[in-house]
Amino acid sequence: MSIAAAAADRRGRSHYGPIDQMRSEWTKLRTVRSTTWTLVATVVAVVGIGAIATAVTAAHWRNGGFADRFGFDPTARSLAGLFLGQIAIGVLGVLAMSAEYGSGTIRATLAAVPNRPLVLACKAVVFGAVALVTSEILTFAAFLVGQELLKGSTPYATLGQPGVLRAVAGAGLVLTVIGLFALGLATIIRHTAGAISAFVGLLLVLPLILQAFPASTQHALIKFMPLVIAENMAATRAVGGDFGGAVLFSPWVGFAILCGYTAAALVLGGILLVRRDA
Amino acid sequence: MIEAHSLTKRYGKTLAVDDLSFDVRAGQVTGFLGPNGSGKSTTMRIILGLDNPDGGGVTINGRSYRDLPWPLREVGGLLEAKSVHPGRSAYNHLRALAQTNDIPRSRVDEVLELVGLTSVAGKRAGTFSLGMGQRLGIAAAMLGDPGVLLFDEPVNGLDPQGIRWVRMLLKSLAGEGRTIFVSSHLMSEMAQTADHLVVIGLGRLIAEQPVADFIAESSGQRVLVRTPSLDALAGALAEAGARVGRGSDGALDVNGISAADIGDLAARLGIALHELTPQMASLEDAFMDMTQESVEFHGDPSSAAGRTRDAGLDPIGAASSTSPHEEGSR
Repeated sequence: MSIAAAAADRRGRSHYGPIDQMRSEWTKLRTVRSTTWTLVATVVAVVGIGAIATAVTAAHWRNGGFADRFGFDPTARSLAGLFLGQIAIGVLGVLAMSAEYGSGTIRATLAAVPNRPLVLACKAVVFGAVALVTSEILTFAAFLVGQELLKGSTPYATLGQPGVLRAVAGAGLVLTVIGLFALGLATIIRHTAGAISAFVGLLLVLPLILQAFPASTQHALIKFMPLVIAENMAATRAVGGDFGGAVLFSPWVGFAILCGYTAAALVLGGILLVRRDA
Repeated sequence: MIEAHSLTKRYGKTLAVDDLSFDVRAGQVTGFLGPNGSGKSTTMRIILGLDNPDGGGVTINGRSYRDLPWPLREVGGLLEAKSVHPGRSAYNHLRALAQTNDIPRSRVDEVLELVGLTSVAGKRAGTFSLGMGQRLGIAAAMLGDPGVLLFDEPVNGLDPQGIRWVRMLLKSLAGEGRTIFVSSHLMSEMAQTADHLVVIGLGRLIAEQPVADFIAESSGQRVLVRTPSLDALAGALAEAGARVGRGSDGALDVNGISAADIGDLAARLGIALHELTPQMASLEDAFMDMTQESVEFHGDPSSAAGRTRDAGLDPIGAASSTSPHEEGSR
């Protein structure tokens, strides 16, 4: 029996559990600088790019042609930073897991908590919570800043208009789920560089590869691309015109598919985490 | 108490651990010896539940590691490879580990004090020297005040004071009734620290016995004899069944017969003896004798291909293995 047995069960519990693990994951996430820097990058991407895009639109509105004004979606314009924001939060998601492998911390973690699915689940919950709060604050901030900049020069949106609240809140949800997808990828791949490459490849390169295929194939598959799902969520009007007139999923169906990708990545990562040697 | 039974671990075609069974008892320091690449680290990772064995199993205090309710409070492990994020401070590293097993914050300060890292607790672990890293690893192992402790090469990178400190720590921990299992490639270190030995080679158990027995058994009987009647005594000893070698300084190196028997024989023949000294083999010699056949990296060129293939298993194996020299001299 352990020498420390007397000190056990401080809270009357007989076994380690999710509370302990989530506290540990929270400590790990907030005590490395990479978390701060990737979060700063996400802020710059989402709010900064949104502000630039709306300011430029406001400045050129009078000189713009009919084509620019037709179908103008002030909500989508203020969320223009969502694209780069996905990359930034994806990097954070990758690092949350891959840094443990890169530094060997994973062995200390898994020796302390042999229940590996619990480790992954708690990491995902803690990272997901941080990502959700951050993403929602950022998408709402980007929207409000963007509409302020548009006001007076161009039509602008308010949260009460149809589809606007869904687009802004939904964009935050997309960011969160994309970040979790990256976390799942990193659990599968276990290397920072490899996981980031795979993440960027799936996000950006896959749609490019798709362009090599005939239009019919493109139209059939483009709606499954995470980037397209994200853009569709962040708009209040149909964005199919941006993709050669393809018919896209409705925002929430697209989001459900995105959640499916993420769940698949996390479950596969969890299975590999259990099976593989640490 | 650690009980390993029929442990088997395969990496591709290489059998890293082969049907290995041993017990590590409480209240003493058990040394885990074996040539590099013999499966020591693999065995330790299996004990800590990090690697899945292909066969057999390990229990700690009668339970499998994965069934321990608070693993850090029962088992502490220092693994050879560093396992700290370079950007995280020593304090935060220990704090995050402590939280997983609901270990109070005050204990983090205690273990930092114990290993002498209090003054650098807030520094990023990436700035630590190898020795400080080892101390941090020992602090992590001690976090839960566990009754069972595993140390994989704990004195690696430590200065002489650090080595002595680890030696004293291991002994005092064993003195408190804990189970201490420590691997080392430094035979002299084991001779001074361990009470009991588990010796493996090529993943197989070679010996499991007290240090004193290990030395006695494997050294055989070697006696140094000096006499003016060199040839007469050498001939008589050879007739009596001993193996006799001649040292360069005119001494006889006698194997297979006790010093007392040599003395009796000399007296019967009326041969004067100037010196009669039983030679105590060092642990290092004993270890070399016993693991001779099971050294993975032989020095002959024919196995060079195998060596390159296997080297990946244990990065320090090829570099620090002493076997090639040993082989060459025989």
